[in-house]
Amino acid sequence: MTGRGMKNFLVLRLLQAGIVAVVVGALCFVLMRVLPGDAAMRIAAGRYGPDARITDAAAKIRIELGLDRPLAVQFFEWLGSLARFDLGHSLVTGSPVAHELQVQLGASVWLAAAALLLSLLIGPIVGLLGGLKPGGTADRMGLFGAVTFRAVPPFVLGLVLMLVFSRQLGWLPPAGFGSPREILLPALTLALGLAAISSRVTRNAVAAVARAPYFAFARYKGLPEAVVVRRHGLRNAAIPVVSYLGLQAIYLIEGVVVVESLFAYPGIGHALVHAIIERDVPMVQGTALTMGLMFVAIAAAVDLLTYWLDPRMGKNA
Amino acid sequence: MSTVEPVYQQPKPGLGPARLSGAALLVALAAFAIVGPAVISADPAAQDFGATLAPIGGDYLLGADHYGRSLLARLAHGARLSFGLAFLTMLAAAMPGVFLGLVAGWKGGWTERGLEFLATIVLALPGLMLVLLLLAFSPGNYGPLFLGLALTLWVEFYRVTKAATKGVLAQPHIEAARMLGFGSRYILLHYVLPVIAPMISTLSAFAMATAIIAVSTLSAISVGLQPPTPELGSMIVELLPYFAEAPLHVLLPATLIFLLVLGLQLLAQGERA
Repeated sequence: MTGRGMKNFLVLRLLQAGIVAVVVGALCFVLMRVLPGDAAMRIAAGRYGPDARITDAAAKIRIELGLDRPLAVQFFEWLGSLARFDLGHSLVTGSPVAHELQVQLGASVWLAAAALLLSLLIGPIVGLLGGLKPGGTADRMGLFGAVTFRAVPPFVLGLVLMLVFSRQLGWLPPAGFGSPREILLPALTLALGLAAISSRVTRNAVAAVARAPYFAFARYKGLPEAVVVRRHGLRNAAIPVVSYLGLQAIYLIEGVVVVESLFAYPGIGHALVHAIIERDVPMVQGTALTMGLMFVAIAAAVDLLTYWLDPRMGKNA
Repeated sequence: MSTVEPVYQQPKPGLGPARLSGAALLVALAAFAIVGPAVISADPAAQDFGATLAPIGGDYLLGADHYGRSLLARLAHGARLSFGLAFLTMLAAAMPGVFLGLVAGWKGGWTERGLEFLATIVLALPGLMLVLLLLAFSPGNYGPLFLGLALTLWVEFYRVTKAATKGVLAQPHIEAARMLGFGSRYILLHYVLPVIAPMISTLSAFAMATAIIAVSTLSAISVGLQPPTPELGSMIVELLPYFAEAPLHVLLPATLIFLLVLGLQLLAQGERA
């Protein structure tokens, strides 16, 4: 139980974070250069607003940012400012990107956390019920639900929930932000999609554990059923469920983008989509970078959790 | 990087009831998508303001949308677009993926390390993020959408092919075939290909399902294909404001997407869904 395996995980995740930064930075650098029009003029308009003296301002910015230097030099400087977390100013609102991201990141993290929590309340419980009695009614209903929810794209699921819960039943607001009532529908949309996978993974893991010799032995030595499940079942069954969470991080991040746009939820995904439509390159870069790093952070957390559940993982890593 | 665990499991041989129903569903939908646009004479873009939101079963078989465009024609063209784009994307992902996987599995060494690094770069970001970043170059166009999807989907083909190829090549019967003087081409065709073929067809169905979901989702959040195109995702969003008057009209394209994805997933996974 040394920390070596854990250190390996973390080094790999740091490397991944670096790759995310370089990929996002490089794409946005190219994007800034290929957009029609003069980059200096665009930045000047973003900073000071389009007024009569914009040509002078653009000329100053060209010298200030060195836009007349060779592309390679500019590229390394672009990456350098990225490494210093200097994300520039939005071309649309003119305020610093980092400032806007702070507000949006909070909103997105709440949404992602709520979705994950809800999915963990739904998925593993459905899976546990199915796995303890494979082939039973609970198992079959779980399978039907999982197949259905997996074939529905998140945006369709979100729309259906919106129509049912806010139009027909009038229980929850269809859009907005601020109170827990408003976070519930977008979070539920994501949670159902996540639970569709985690419930099946749990079911298979529980079924495998329930067949294992050590599980039978715990029963033979006379432990009560609840103790058998709690002491010998849950932790072992949790290993594949938790490591699948890493794979689900992809679904979660992609879903956050989609669901936020759908429910007009003021998070990073919503901002990213808007920035793309408005071609606000610094915002595209800032939001994409933040979402990418959020993805890496979730993956790293899952690594740590897996390691804690099953210390054998680190030995051969 | 351990972001993507090998999701892939060996499919059960043969057609179970789940696979069979998936295949039947797909055949029916493919017929609608291919034969539909040819048989239905209505233009999916022709507007008829006298028939705005015409009900299902009247002059228009499946009703008309808020511009009085025939929904049947739009659904058929939308299905063809989704199917066609998904199929092309799958081909564009599978061909380089399988080829590079074979090369990496066969050669190993620096070739493999280089390709692994490339795959790591692609997998560092969630796939949709990469597609979104490419879409920023020209929103609303087929090019970046197609390129972005193919770019993210080839990795899975590559990984599965490489792992399977390495597994097969390490076995003693390959060594025996080599010592008997069979060439690389023979070994690839007769020993490696039969092993990876079922895996690749499963992955292809998955890739198509992913592509269909991605295209409709991106169009629905208005960065994918733009409104006059009869695209299923943007049709849903266009019709949504008229839900009170014509609820079924909104559900039609949604159901079509659901059935397409369901058919592909059932075909891919069979009993293990």
